[in-house]
Amino acid sequence: MFWEHFALWVAAFLTLGIYSFLYKDNPWYKLCESIFVGISAGYWFVTLFWDNIYGKFWVGVFPTGDAQPDYWLLVGAALGLLMLLRLIPKIGWVSRWSLAFIVGATAGFYLINYFSSNVMRQVQDTVMPLFGPGFNASAYVIIGNIVVAVGTFTGLVYFFFSKEHKGAFGASAKIGIFFLMVTFGASFGYTVMSRMSLLIGRIDFLLSDWLGLIR
Amino acid sequence: MTDGGRRTRLTVVVLAACFTISIIAVSVSGQSETVSIAPADTAIAVRPPAPPTSVVAEDYKYDNAKHLVLSWVPSIDDQPGRTLVLGYRIFRSSGGGAFMPAGSALPGASSFRDERLSKDSSYVYYVAAVSATDTVASIKTQAISPKREYLHLDLVWLFVIAFCISSSVIYFIWKARAGKKLFVRKIAGLDAVDEAIGRATEMGRPILFIPGIQDMDDVQTIAGLTILGRVAKQIADYDTRIRMPVSRSLVMTAARETIKAAYQIAGRPDAYSDDMVNYVTDEQFGYVAAVDGIMVREKPATIFLLGAFFAESLILAETGNSIGAIQIAGTARPAQLPFFIAACDFTLIGEELFAASAYLSGEPKQLGSLKGQDVGKGLAMAAILLGVLSVTLGQAFDIGFFNWLADGLSTIFSAAVE
Repeated sequence: MFWEHFALWVAAFLTLGIYSFLYKDNPWYKLCESIFVGISAGYWFVTLFWDNIYGKFWVGVFPTGDAQPDYWLLVGAALGLLMLLRLIPKIGWVSRWSLAFIVGATAGFYLINYFSSNVMRQVQDTVMPLFGPGFNASAYVIIGNIVVAVGTFTGLVYFFFSKEHKGAFGASAKIGIFFLMVTFGASFGYTVMSRMSLLIGRIDFLLSDWLGLIR
Repeated sequence: MTDGGRRTRLTVVVLAACFTISIIAVSVSGQSETVSIAPADTAIAVRPPAPPTSVVAEDYKYDNAKHLVLSWVPSIDDQPGRTLVLGYRIFRSSGGGAFMPAGSALPGASSFRDERLSKDSSYVYYVAAVSATDTVASIKTQAISPKREYLHLDLVWLFVIAFCISSSVIYFIWKARAGKKLFVRKIAGLDAVDEAIGRATEMGRPILFIPGIQDMDDVQTIAGLTILGRVAKQIADYDTRIRMPVSRSLVMTAARETIKAAYQIAGRPDAYSDDMVNYVTDEQFGYVAAVDGIMVREKPATIFLLGAFFAESLILAETGNSIGAIQIAGTARPAQLPFFIAACDFTLIGEELFAASAYLSGEPKQLGSLKGQDVGKGLAMAAILLGVLSVTLGQAFDIGFFNWLADGLSTIFSAAVE
């Protein structure tokens, strides 16, 4: 019971300490910041060790039961060891091989996914009829489809880099940036509202769990 | 029911898998008498469920000989309103051995994908419908081995379009290397880079560079570090200080390499120090707390926020704004761009972040790549225009040619990775 109360008071102390930054930088915030950074760095170290070095590598190469060992993991381990060679300045340059592998491999790996979602699906989802058969469609659907088609087309014009934005092309680009800004405005409002729920969560903790003012 | 002067009510109580029948006889005067028939007396057991039918095992197309797909018609006792079946169990025999459990499926399921198989073995399956009391097996499938396909033929159009765009990228890189001047339009935020670095130099304050919170496998982080190379070279020229707290160890290594190379190109390798870049923590808000602290204590004159940002974007940008720093931000995360636009002086929107490095460096490789990507955008714009027109005219007037065109475009662009 004592430790539960103690943990509650520590949590409240740290929450208020982080919020004290709203006033200005102060020793209370600095203390909370250092605790937060220190504990989180330690937490991630432990998590990454047990998830990757033990959970992925060790269990993968030396499995128990009927599972077959996955020796490809040794390649990853070797690349990881190369990274550690940075600790030896004379041969630290070898770590660039690991970096080059990571950047190159992930670029190739994601190419198809990006291309698939940002080009193929985007075009497919934009191609839609502005009217139904015999011009039969509600004004709501017609306006919605026009907004999607014109917005996507002019947005692409804005992101065209090898042509000066002048004349009709420039006018299209301006319409494109107008669409982008309206989208950003809507997104801003939506995201701010969702962030408010985080604030409500912390205030609920302070007023309910800590002070017991809300039942 | 009436029986002379007596009315009889029949009550059936269903308990789990058995029946209890109670007969209550009620007289006109209201007196009643109950006779119960216990389960042991009746011995009416629930019948077993009907098994699933038409069980077929097929090769999972376009894989590395690791999967088989099992499909079946659900039991007739697994229908809306008939919930005798609680689920399905899938049993597999490998190479003629004993049948072992391979997995399970929920009621209503009609397929199961078996994974981690070997192309060198043959497999036989059966599916069992499971009720509260029984497990009833289907007939067994034919023996089948998974096959390996070297080409994913459903993605042929994806390959064709990717090939066209990649070819145009290579072509323009070649042209740029041959000395052709490639035009790149002005990007407003980037013209401010020189001014921002100059301002920090004049004020004698550091420059803060934040490459987002993602690792080196994120293309936005790589774009941020590419711009860092150009910024660091100018910082070395001006002899200004740079401060770069990062949230990933690999980014720290890459950033140090980038700044070191920039200082060497600027002819000032002695001025470089590993302390310019420091790791903080992988934890998102722990990192934010530290960066906010650095901002208010060191009061950098210029802040670059270039990379992948999430919920921390507004906190960082607002803190930077509150200390009066000139801020240049850029990300391809649509949800965070509004915050940067609201709180920063200049914002690189989406692909401008990737174009920035080509624009700043003027390197043939990057300029050619940018030009090639524009060809891709041109193709997409043409497809959208043609597609919307053809599908609209096809539907409105029912003209065969437009319907054919719309169907063709739909087929081409439906080739996408799941």
